[in-house]
Amino acid sequence: MKPAPFRYADPGTLDEVLTVLSSEGEGAKVLAGGQSLLPLLSMRLAAPATLVDINRVPGLDTVEATGDGVTVGALVRHNALLHDDAAARVQPLLARATANVAHPAIRNRGTTVGSIAHADPSGEMTSVLALTDGSVTVATPSGVETIGWRDLFVGPLETSIHGPAVVTSAYFPALPARSGTAFAEAARRKGDYAVCGGGVVVTLDADGRVAAVRAAYISVGLTPEVHDLTDAVVGQPADSADWAAAGELARTLVDPDTDLHASADYRRLLVGVLTERTLAEAAAEALGGMA
Amino acid sequence: MTTKLFGEPVRRREDARLIIGKGRYLDDIGHNALAAAFVRSPHAHARITAIDTDGALDVEGLVAIYTYEDLHGPMAEPLPVLIPHPQLHHPRTGYPLANGIVNHVGEPIVMVVATDRYIAEDAAERILVSYEELPVVVGVDAAREAANWVHEDVPTNVAAHHHQETGDVEAALAGSTRTMSFTQYIERSACTPMEGKGVHARWDADDSSLRVYTSTQASTSVRAAIAAKLELSLDKVEVIAPDVGGGFGVKIVHPWPEELLIPLAAIALGAEVKWTEDRREHFISSAHERQQRQEITVGYDDDGRISALDVHIWHDNGAYTPYGIIVPIVTATQLVGPYVIPTYRVRVESVYTNTVIVTPYRGAGRPQGCYAMERTMDRIADELDLDRAVVRERNLIQADQFPYDHHLTFQDGRPVIYDSGDYVGLMDKLKVLVGWPEASRLRDEAAARGKLLGVGMAMYVEGTGPGPYEGGHVQVLGSGKVLVSTGLTSQGQGHETAFAQIVASELGVPIEDIEVTTGDTRRFGYAVGTFASRAAVMSGNAIALAARGVKEKALRIAADVLEVDPGDLEIDEGLVQVKGTPGASIPLRTVAVLSNPLRYAFDEAAKQATQFAGPADDSKPPVAVGDAPGLEHVDYYSPIRSTFASGAHAAIVEIDPATWEIEIVKYAVVHDCGNVVNPMIVEGQVHGGVAQGVGGALYERMAYDSDGQLQNASFMDFLMPYASEIPDVVIDHQETPSPLNPLGIKGAGEAGVIPGTAAIASAIEDAVGRRISSMPISPTELYDLMRNDDSELTAAHARRSGTGAMA
Repeated sequence: MKPAPFRYADPGTLDEVLTVLSSEGEGAKVLAGGQSLLPLLSMRLAAPATLVDINRVPGLDTVEATGDGVTVGALVRHNALLHDDAAARVQPLLARATANVAHPAIRNRGTTVGSIAHADPSGEMTSVLALTDGSVTVATPSGVETIGWRDLFVGPLETSIHGPAVVTSAYFPALPARSGTAFAEAARRKGDYAVCGGGVVVTLDADGRVAAVRAAYISVGLTPEVHDLTDAVVGQPADSADWAAAGELARTLVDPDTDLHASADYRRLLVGVLTERTLAEAAAEALGGMA
Repeated sequence: MTTKLFGEPVRRREDARLIIGKGRYLDDIGHNALAAAFVRSPHAHARITAIDTDGALDVEGLVAIYTYEDLHGPMAEPLPVLIPHPQLHHPRTGYPLANGIVNHVGEPIVMVVATDRYIAEDAAERILVSYEELPVVVGVDAAREAANWVHEDVPTNVAAHHHQETGDVEAALAGSTRTMSFTQYIERSACTPMEGKGVHARWDADDSSLRVYTSTQASTSVRAAIAAKLELSLDKVEVIAPDVGGGFGVKIVHPWPEELLIPLAAIALGAEVKWTEDRREHFISSAHERQQRQEITVGYDDDGRISALDVHIWHDNGAYTPYGIIVPIVTATQLVGPYVIPTYRVRVESVYTNTVIVTPYRGAGRPQGCYAMERTMDRIADELDLDRAVVRERNLIQADQFPYDHHLTFQDGRPVIYDSGDYVGLMDKLKVLVGWPEASRLRDEAAARGKLLGVGMAMYVEGTGPGPYEGGHVQVLGSGKVLVSTGLTSQGQGHETAFAQIVASELGVPIEDIEVTTGDTRRFGYAVGTFASRAAVMSGNAIALAARGVKEKALRIAADVLEVDPGDLEIDEGLVQVKGTPGASIPLRTVAVLSNPLRYAFDEAAKQATQFAGPADDSKPPVAVGDAPGLEHVDYYSPIRSTFASGAHAAIVEIDPATWEIEIVKYAVVHDCGNVVNPMIVEGQVHGGVAQGVGGALYERMAYDSDGQLQNASFMDFLMPYASEIPDVVIDHQETPSPLNPLGIKGAGEAGVIPGTAAIASAIEDAVGRRISSMPISPTELYDLMRNDDSELTAAHARRSGTGAMA
């Protein structure tokens, strides 16, 4: 359980990071919080030739909340985001989801952007990026580019980012008006990777009727997936909508796998139950916000 | 009196040191030692056709590579069968390094020694082993069917056939008013101590002596094994258990291959060598426990009284049997619990599988036995529409039936005779503690909240403190310091505190003056080990006897000085004084100085003692015949047989009928371990045991696939419960002293874990109305059970449905 030999670099600027990444080639891996990468190294499931530690790079540890959305820097720890009130006001899913990320010790070191770049379909923050229709900013030697979540996640633990590049921030658009959110997980033990989980956004029309329902799930597919459940409940009063029907619809839209901790059928059951419960909660919040 | 500490909740003296990182665990020793790593089998069953080490040879920092070819003499022989038994007719053990065949994933094949562990792993990765794969046997049913064999010369896979009976069970069943038969399963889990195994060895070439530190539960026996296997004189080997981060049974097995191979390398290389087990290694190359298939037939009458019990168990012992058939014997003999079973027959087939070996894990076969007996009680109650508590009460051994002889032979070869107990008292206390009569109301309240609530209970009797012996040494120094040692080892149980409390009480000295050493063969050479809930019973009593010996000598010397009868003296606060005569006293430390006629005045203590020293009697030698210099005493405690502790647990669970998530909302324990040395320590033991019981019931299992690959060999996928999964535990004590030992105590180490699976299965069954016959159970499995039209409904479910009370 000791890593294979690797070179270690801890450049002090973003330019130097890119220089090192360019010179080290495909064998280089960016290290931020290390909560996923270091166990993989120790189990020799990953053996990058070089670790490029970005923790000394200035300016990457800020959370910036504006009326449009929240930008989270690459060195922002989950715990910082969890307790960022301004960010939570703009996009409540951020705090709701980070509260479900593992345990405090891991949240203190792990970074939100790192977990997105890791592209684990059981990660909370990948699903929130998807649910909010977010994007990441990537620095490369040829300049900065923005990648939307649909183009970012290619497969389990796989993104579309290749070559010398580092994700410098993630952007989560603000919650739309007359909307409410909820996030829930079922996990075998508190803080474990969810057996199934997900977040929802319910948006109402001016009369308090359901206008749009979006849900994102974790641990049910190869990449984060967002499903539009509006059809099941559109136009229904938010306080008495048939959320069970939305749950039923969600069950038909997912195609989960079986693993050690849950069968595919059980995951599908949970998708229905969690959807029904979180939608009711989110709708109540949306209604409350309009009152 | 502050020295009368027996029975007091004294805070554990070792905790501050351990909590602030001042513990000295195996990996804290030998920072500059060479490090060993192992190439272990990736296959569950294979013939090794070639080992190619060439690729590793140019790794910088590599020191040595060992394969079976490098083992000679006793090291080239199979590892010992530690506890042979006539019914273990086909014992098999592995080799320190595999000899041609591997029988489970994780079996060691090559040892690599390098300048550090990183490099050792780099080199190990470059060693290529070729295999011819062989058919794999995984799980007790596959072993039973014996389509394939683990060992080619054991054609049925049956290692042992264990059989005990107390009468003609066939006739007794035929004569029973009612009978029922059923089959149930229980899965594998493991000890998984926070610290894995580890060994450090240092060879002193000039002295031709070996010092070994090992994270063990039995340092004296490891010492004997090393001496025998490496052909060293026993007096040239010392073995020390440093602070050990948990054992729970896995570290009683010895010698582990690494406990022989690391010393071998240290001698061969003339260097310090260390191996620290990593977590994956611990999962795939140490030991597991608990998988059994249990086929049960019970005869009973219309009141639920059992007339006959016939149990046939298929016990998965893994690839080898180094620890004999202790676990199945314990299951077979402890299964009967607190009940009168007029005619009992148990047959156990202990079978080989291509998986990690099975050796005692806290409870050591008792959780399985309890599961068999208690679930039988539940089924009888269900069949007869009786309260589960009532059925148990009608079968309990009554207080006037002690000593109670079950006419069975225990793991120590001694009869299963319960020395004392009050099982009716346990049940009465449990019903109050958990609120048993309130169950129906609680169920209705939960239903109103959309939850399914169930209650369950289970009782057990646990044979603790088996012999053959332990010893204790107590020595008073001229400084007043009292040194206490015993050969058995500590893994966090609080021995430093509990043993000091015993000495403080027996000797009348402040606990602050007492230093306790365990598991160090330099201090105490004879010991058996820490397992089977025996440390307090065995070493506690031995140390008490040793302290009494010291006291007797101290009073004799003091009586001489003070010119009184020893019977007129007492010791309190470290002062020997004439009862009722203030001022007529002598400090115990001074008595210690006087006990040695050679008194160079190195220190104040010796100078002070001279005032008490009388003139020498020229007619007698300075040390009388039969006497010895020094104020110390060694004594041993050897029990006639085990002492039997007991307890009763109850669990209340709530289940979400939408997600089938299971929550334990209350867990109640009534516990009887005789006289209690330290109630705080006993409660801690119970809490930890309950946590492991909950783990075994709801979370933990060894997920082997059909190829014998352990798919959850990490703490990410092996679900040891966190504190957040463990309910608050409410405890009530009952103290029924043991008549067998001087202190009247019984063991408490394993108690908490034993009834967990049975009680929680009972509670879940009560909640959902479907038969639970396989444990552990997870939400996904409960969902499968609930939507399966073929799963068995309980009679209670039908009755409740009939009245519409079922949610």
